[in-house]
Amino acid sequence: MTASILQEEKEKASELQQVIDEYKGEKGPLMPILHRAQEIFGYLPLEVQEYIAEGLHIPVSDIYGVATFYSQFTLKPKGTYSVGVCLGTACYVKGSQRILDQVIQELGIQPGDTTGDNQFTLTATRCLGACGLAPVMTINEKVYGRLTPSDVKGILDEYRSK
Amino acid sequence: MEMVKVTIDGIKVEVPKGSTVLEAARAAGIHIPTLCYLKGVNEIGACRMCLVEVKGARSLQASCVYSVADGMEVRTNSPAVRDARRTNLELILSDHDRSCLTCVRGGNCELQALSRQLGVDGIRFEGERVHFAVDDASPAIVRDPNKCILCRRCISTCRNVQGIGAIGISERGYHSVVGPIFGKSLSEVNCIYCGQCIEACPTGALRERNDTGRVWDAIQNPDLHVVVQTAPAVRVALGEEFGMPMGTRVSGKMVAALRRLGFDRVFDTDFGADLTIMEEGTELLNRLKHAGKLPMITSCSPGWVKYCEHNYPEFLDNLSTCKSPHEMLGAVIKSYYAEKEGIDPSRIFVVSVMPCTSKKFEAVRPELKATGHPDVDVVLTTRELAGMIKQAGMEFTGLPDEPFDPILGDSTGAGVIFGTTGGVMEAALRTLSEIVTGRPLKEPEFQEVRGLDGVKEMEVSLGDRTIRAAIAHGTANARNLLEKIKSGEKEYDFVEIMGCPGGCVNGGGQPIVHAQDRMDENVAEIRASAIYEEDRNLPIRKSHENPSIRRIYREYLSEPNSPKAHELLHTHYTIRSRY
Repeated sequence: MTASILQEEKEKASELQQVIDEYKGEKGPLMPILHRAQEIFGYLPLEVQEYIAEGLHIPVSDIYGVATFYSQFTLKPKGTYSVGVCLGTACYVKGSQRILDQVIQELGIQPGDTTGDNQFTLTATRCLGACGLAPVMTINEKVYGRLTPSDVKGILDEYRSK
Repeated sequence: MEMVKVTIDGIKVEVPKGSTVLEAARAAGIHIPTLCYLKGVNEIGACRMCLVEVKGARSLQASCVYSVADGMEVRTNSPAVRDARRTNLELILSDHDRSCLTCVRGGNCELQALSRQLGVDGIRFEGERVHFAVDDASPAIVRDPNKCILCRRCISTCRNVQGIGAIGISERGYHSVVGPIFGKSLSEVNCIYCGQCIEACPTGALRERNDTGRVWDAIQNPDLHVVVQTAPAVRVALGEEFGMPMGTRVSGKMVAALRRLGFDRVFDTDFGADLTIMEEGTELLNRLKHAGKLPMITSCSPGWVKYCEHNYPEFLDNLSTCKSPHEMLGAVIKSYYAEKEGIDPSRIFVVSVMPCTSKKFEAVRPELKATGHPDVDVVLTTRELAGMIKQAGMEFTGLPDEPFDPILGDSTGAGVIFGTTGGVMEAALRTLSEIVTGRPLKEPEFQEVRGLDGVKEMEVSLGDRTIRAAIAHGTANARNLLEKIKSGEKEYDFVEIMGCPGGCVNGGGQPIVHAQDRMDENVAEIRASAIYEEDRNLPIRKSHENPSIRRIYREYLSEPNSPKAHELLHTHYTIRSRY
């Protein structure tokens, strides 16, 4: 196993070990462990998956399969700000694709990716349940509604300066 | 056994309770089509090819996972069933790389056969197709997800039969793909190249790397002296590729075919197996005498060796230092034979025909170059050899029987039985018994080491000492055995492990047997009985009685485990990553 995250962040590694010990032996331990692991590390890198495989005595391919099946798990580190552009039906008919295109242009990354400075992670989301405000974009917990492409730069700048 | 009565398409049958509808129908002479089903390995009802109508059930049911009940009435050929099966198959085909004309499995593809069987004469669902990169980075196995139908037969085999899990399914829906984690190549993970996934694959999504071109080139090259050798298990399976019944022995025809393909010499890996017995037997006696590391574990199977390197580095010192038989023979061809014939080893090209895909990887191991040249230049599978014979237009079944070339083609029954689980152990016991006691064996056959139980144990007396022995085949069984040795629960002196279930007869390079045929035939058992028949028919059945083996020690190697023998016939191992 290559040394990095687990060796650099010993506290997180021991927290993960506690989580594995807690669920090991129970029925269906993998999902709760993956959830907690993602809480601890922010994402599920290869080493973390290998560590869990070792702990549960299962092939790492089992873990990878689950981690890539469910969209709430991520294999890549997330930025400080998580930008979500809704591509649900209501937002889409209200032009959210143009909002997304504008964000892609501003941040220089594709959905699923994170900026080089670890500031922003961009996600194209399903319906966020704020259809009345369509088209909608979220940054962490904050919702921005009734957007036009020209609004995008100003909103992102608020976070860039922070 | 409790029996239940069911009616299938109006036919009344009585089958054991707990049978599936698929099995019950087969008992009634009805072959329900299957695709993802692989008996005992993958029974998940995913592909929906085996759908049937069960009276009273709400919808069509997957017969491979639906248990019979007393009085059940089933229809396997109603319009609704035929429609549903065909539509499902069309949907699978709509996202399949249909380059059947140039596919290695063309004519031998379960998907193609099913398409004909169900009368699919067009695909109504042309649409977007997914495109994946082909993984051809390993020396042994090519993975082409564009031909994968996501049946999971390979995954179940790798994970459950072999206990490895080098491949799994990732992503979801349209983007689902079978392969190693994080999009890696098989060459970057803990795959042991056993090729059991190829045997399980219904299509051409998994196949060996085709090396026949390199062999044709070598044969055409006037500067090269091209020598071929064949493993024991090849001669009991090659005939299947030419329509002969499973278990047909074709040693003589195989040799004739190889000669006609243009090989300069046709040698027998069984000679290498006899040599292995001399070296490995002596190594065991030395370990016993000098308190060496025990148990000593056999090292003939490259899949097993790679498995050990990845998963059990603590057992690497237990592995016999002996090279596998074909590597031994390769080293002998490029040294002893080269000197005798006055040919520079750089001009000798050694081809091994093996029932194995992992041997392709073994052949490129940097440590296996006793003369400075690779001991073996190319490994072909049984299937690839069949392909060359077909290309050459030979009528294989009509070929005469020809003998191997002397003296590296001279072998014994002990060499032949290396091809099945328990064979190396039995061959070793035949020789060790006589060496230790100095008395000839009354009966060369050791029945207790034979058979297909996952792990076999036995105690054999060698003179005043009792040898505790164990045999495992398939790496999941190997793991179970090793864990018991590790925990101290079991103690042995000598352990035989083969990477594939059933041993080499069932290796990843052998002719592929369709899932439907595997329902009725135990492939490993049938091919193994041909191996034992071959053994019984040979005049010499003990390695140390092979006159050519005696000769090579007399003329060249001096004695087993001598410095010269070590230089040519022994090797070392490498710790590899667990994942």
